[in-house]
Amino acid sequence: MVERRSMLARLVPHVILCLGVAILAFPVYLCFVGSSHPQDVISNGQMPLVPGHLLTESYWLALTRGVARTSSEPVGLMLLNSLTMALIIASGKIAISIISSFAVVYFKFPFRMAAFWMIFITLMLPVEVRIYPTYKVVADLGMLDTYAGLTVPLIASATATLFFRQFFLTIPDELVEASKLDGAGPMKFFWDTVLPLSRTNIAALFVILFIYGWNQYLWPLLITTRSDMQTVVIGIKKMIVTQDALTEWNIVMATAMLAMLPPVAVVVLMQRWFVRGLVETEK
Amino acid sequence: MEKRAIYGGLALPLLLLTPQLLVTLVFFYWPASQAVWQSFLLQDAFGLSTRFIGLENYRELLSSPGYYRTIGTTALFSTLVTVLSLSIALVLAVQADKSIRGAGIYRTLLIWPYAVAPAVAGVLWLFMFQPSLGVLARGLRSLGVDWNPLLNGDHALALVVMAATWKQISYNFLFFLAGLQSIPRAVIEAAAIDGASPTRRFWTITLPLLSPTAFFLLVVNIVYAFFDTFGIIDAMTSGGPSKATETLVYKVFFDGRLGGDLGGSAAQSVILMVIVIALTAVQFRYIERKVAY
Repeated sequence: MVERRSMLARLVPHVILCLGVAILAFPVYLCFVGSSHPQDVISNGQMPLVPGHLLTESYWLALTRGVARTSSEPVGLMLLNSLTMALIIASGKIAISIISSFAVVYFKFPFRMAAFWMIFITLMLPVEVRIYPTYKVVADLGMLDTYAGLTVPLIASATATLFFRQFFLTIPDELVEASKLDGAGPMKFFWDTVLPLSRTNIAALFVILFIYGWNQYLWPLLITTRSDMQTVVIGIKKMIVTQDALTEWNIVMATAMLAMLPPVAVVVLMQRWFVRGLVETEK
Repeated sequence: MEKRAIYGGLALPLLLLTPQLLVTLVFFYWPASQAVWQSFLLQDAFGLSTRFIGLENYRELLSSPGYYRTIGTTALFSTLVTVLSLSIALVLAVQADKSIRGAGIYRTLLIWPYAVAPAVAGVLWLFMFQPSLGVLARGLRSLGVDWNPLLNGDHALALVVMAATWKQISYNFLFFLAGLQSIPRAVIEAAAIDGASPTRRFWTITLPLLSPTAFFLLVVNIVYAFFDTFGIIDAMTSGGPSKATETLVYKVFFDGRLGGDLGGSAAQSVILMVIVIALTAVQFRYIERKVAY
């Protein structure tokens, strides 16, 4: 700023920020350390603060076997379930909301505002307030323990629809007129103009929705009863048993690392899209 | 705001809207209306018959001390998470906003916890504070604290608050930073030239200009603490010990589980719906006002 700052004053922000980074990273560091020590060392409460030598072993066991109990599934399978669910939710939400926003913005038809409000009001009905009736609908439709049951009820999203609507309103009207002059119909305009222009918005939204899908908890908890349909976020909770001596903490920690890796990697590697998606969808 | 050049027709736009409206009707409106309807019904213990009992479920709910206890827990939990995560994030954002070297790296290192699933965050914190084997629990014991979140309700609540705060700092940090960066430098420089100290500049210029962001975050954080922390609580404490960490959403889940008390659970859902609608309305009023500036 304006004043000349002393050495100390220039150091303070770094100290505070490093402290913040350390506090945020510490739980994950301990988790990493925990995944590298044998179970009995952790259970005795004697885990050292530096990584041990069982790193590859824990991860291999987790991925291919899971915990040693009978009902347990390999984490590899759970990761696959999580990935499938996250991808279906993210692409499904984008697909159905981009076409519905296109309809609401570019067409004049009798029920336009009614349709818009109908979508808009779902903002006020998060799954947590309609848990059991929604469960019953899914059960009646025979969709328990299926990917459809896991994803379709979460796919309607007012946020994504509003997000695309905001963006479509910024597309200059001249483009529609030019397309009309060329004799192109609405769908050609959608494919040739709207969709290519929306690329960066789709990327930003995809990052946010992928994380949203991957991290779902309550819904998969209700909908999946078969252990081979479990997602990793659900699976990890079931690995912790009440009698602590029986919990294989090294496997649990390896699983936690594996469960965090995909969404964290998406945020870090696609940071620009992530920040944009987060800020824009909240408007 | 509407487009000038608009297509006509009815079949095509309806077709484009069908998938979204279908999902909305089947999985949002129908279940929500069922929740409202069920809240007026009493189901017998075997789920064989139901009868209409009017507002009896609400009356029973609002006269049970357990419900008020859960409201109290939710209020305390939400307040702690909101205040802690907002203030820590603000401190970090103010530091990151100063033109210092490596600001981009700090941002990356501070935003990633957003991507960690609530339940996984719960497991991480459980591992550190598990009374018999957690590294930090051992530390607390050596300091003479009789740490036991499995038996002590206050300890359990502290634990879920820590995990929930940890996860939310990134989100608040990102929005505070964006808010700080949108404050015109000229305003702050002018104050500096007039001789206002950095502390004074923060309290009289930065903070008031940041208040729209702070207000927005306040609402978002309350919604987060109410609804998105279900995974943290279920993974860490399952609402225990003896319901000390049971929030409103957790109670809806717990009471209705295995067809337990569907009517009571539905009545709770309806009350939650009213809360969400109120919060959303507040948020939109604020956005309207912001647009009007």
